[in-house]
This record gives sequence, C-alpha cells and structure tokens, in this order.
Amino acid sequence: MKIHLPNSAFLGNIDPFLRGFDESHPKKLEITANKKWISVHPVVLSMVAALGLKIDSSNIDCEKLEAGSKHYLSRMGLFDFLNINTGISITEHESAGRFIPLKQIKKAEELTKFVTDMIPMLHLNPKQAESISHIVTELVRNVLEHSISENGAILCAQYYKKSNSIRLGIVDTGIGIKKAINISYPTRTDLESIQLALMPGITGTTKKEGGTEFNAGAGLFLIKSIANVNRDFFMIYSGNGMYKLLKRKSASKIKLHPDPFKDKHSKDGELPYWQGTAVGIDISLDQTREFSSLLDYIWETYKQAIKERKKAKYKHVKFI
Amino acid sequence: MNHIKLFEQVGSFAENKDIAREIRLRKIIPALEKGEEIILDFENINSATQSFIHALISDLMRKYGNEVLDKISFKSCNETIQKVINIVSNYMQERE
Repeated sequence: MKIHLPNSAFLGNIDPFLRGFDESHPKKLEITANKKWISVHPVVLSMVAALGLKIDSSNIDCEKLEAGSKHYLSRMGLFDFLNINTGISITEHESAGRFIPLKQIKKAEELTKFVTDMIPMLHLNPKQAESISHIVTELVRNVLEHSISENGAILCAQYYKKSNSIRLGIVDTGIGIKKAINISYPTRTDLESIQLALMPGITGTTKKEGGTEFNAGAGLFLIKSIANVNRDFFMIYSGNGMYKLLKRKSASKIKLHPDPFKDKHSKDGELPYWQGTAVGIDISLDQTREFSSLLDYIWETYKQAIKERKKAKYKHVKFI
Repeated sequence: MNHIKLFEQVGSFAENKDIAREIRLRKIIPALEKGEEIILDFENINSATQSFIHALISDLMRKYGNEVLDKISFKSCNETIQKVINIVSNYMQERE
C-alpha cells in the first residue's frame, strides 16, 4: 500500500488524498509526504495510523520527512502507531486545549474513559461538549459493535483557533459498511450501503422498525444531522465509496432529509478500496446549537422517515 | 416501588450500552416481573445518548408492550435527557 501525506488535506479538499491512496500489496506500507509543509485533517492521521497497526513495522517504509510539520505528526503519536523510529526529538508540551493525540479504543470501558478525559483536554464548555461527546460515543460504538476490527477504533482530534472548530477523525480497518449493512439489507455498491447506513432507523442488525434491543439505526443519522444543523463538514469513506456532507449556506433554512443524497453533498463510488470505515467531522464551536434544540429537528425527520417507510409497505388497492 | 439510581453506575454522561443492558436485565425486568413499579432516577446525569436509552428501555417496550411505560417513571431528567427518552419511546411506539 502507498499513502502520501499532502501539503493540505481537510474535509473540503480531501478527495485528491483519498484518490492517491494505493491499496495494492496489503502486506507493505510506503509513506511519502510533502517536502515543505504537511497540514492535514485528523482523519488523515487516523487512517495512516490504522494502516500502520495492520502491518509489521519492518514492512513499513516511511521516507525521511523534511517538512517542518513533522514534529506535529510526531506529537500526535503517528510514529508510535507505526512503530518506527524517525529520530525526531521534540519537547512535549501539555496537550490541553489544542489536540487529542492518536488513540486506539478497543473496549467500551476505554471509550467511557476517553470521553470523560476528552472534554477537559479540549477545554470545552458543557454545552459545546454535549454534541461532541455524543458524536464520539456513537462513532466509536459503531466500530466496536459492527466493524469486527481486531484493532478497534483509531481516533484523534485537533482544535483550530482560527475557525474555532474541533476536527475529529475516527477510523477502523474492519469489515466496512457494506458487509455490516448486508446482514439485513442487500446492496450492490459501497456508496449505496453508505446511503442506507445514514438513513434513520436502518441498522445492519435487523430489518425490523425499532431495531433490536441494542441497535436502533439512529447513530450515523444523528451525527450527520448534527453536522447539517451546525453547518459542518462530515465525511464517511468505506470500501470504494465516499459521502461528504457539504456546508449549508448560513442563510439557508435548516432542512434535514432522511435520505443523505438529498442533503447538499458530494460523493464518489470509485475511490481506492478502504478496508473498513473512515469518518471525519468538523464541529464549529461558534455555530454549535444546543444539543437539546438539535434533537427537535432530528426527531421530526426521524418520524417522517418511519412514516414513509411504513407507507411504502402499504398494500395497494386494485381498481379495475 | 423500585427506585433505581443510575448515576452511581453510569456517571454523568450515560453512554455505556452494556451497563444499560445490565440495568435492564438485572434490575428493571426482575422488578417488572414482580409487578413492581419503577423509578429510573437520572439525578446528577448531565446527558444520555440515544443508544444508552435505547438499550435501557426499547426491549422492555417490545417485551411488555407500550403499557410498560405506565409502570416506569423517569425522575430528575434535564431537558436533553427528556427529549432523548421521548425520541426512543416514540419511535418504539411507531414500530410495526
């Protein structure tokens, strides 16, 4: 496999980075990077770290990094995940208020501890923290319950002062969305599977409305809805498919759609194959609505989706 | 009346579905089987995820019907937690 850390890869311009990923030769990993400066979204770092965990460090070839930002990658813990010695020496400053280095979560208890520690680390107030805690919890639980990934979830986050936003990347190298959703719903493509997974009330664990005792199929819809209402980017990449929720215009009226393809978005169904799922999200702290008011929007849309699905199953009266 | 204080087990952010399931299986169902009424006390809990509430109550509604809500009272819930509980109880009542 080959992956290149570019000069810039954030959710708005991440597509070339994804297209440049070479998934061939899965037993080897070659990492190259921009020579001058590397400025990337946490989901990019989480993806590289997740690949590193799958491969023996003797089969990882990371070119000598020349960019000044190599210290940042080191501080985020990337080279520890890759288990390679780069010879970079840094003075570690307290991470509070700026970032959460790469972290691997394999158990529910580790998630509980992570969410508790995360809030003070990012210096969030309780109202800002609520949406972020929900997002992290739902995404990591998805990995733990559905991905069947032996390495669990790999995540990291970064606060950006200029935009006053938190950017977050959560990645796994498990079975991917298509296999997980196909347990209950047949789909032809990864993109179609992503579309279904983002719809309210759809879970791979059952076809029944209301879900199972453990899953309702609301988690991803909830996260996409939070991003939509707050006008944030949200990206999900699995297999060959990638869906990206684009920012709404600030003046536009909030309208949540059960079908993610009806939201303002971009998509690609022919990307290099990512074994597992990668999710990136930006959370603007200036715009973040109170979680409680988000729930009103979300429930209205959820209800509408259930009604439409029920209606689709109605027997049609035959007039002759 | 069976009073179940959740904070001691779940902390201020109720997100662990495994614990929700344990509470349902070990405390709520045995009490319901004895015909007792239940208070689920959310005192000191700041927020609860939809997944947590789903794991706590959805299977009760499936097993005992929507009437089980007559036997359960939700105490000291803030606005957010009330909304999450309403969402879960509403979509469970909308199911086929």
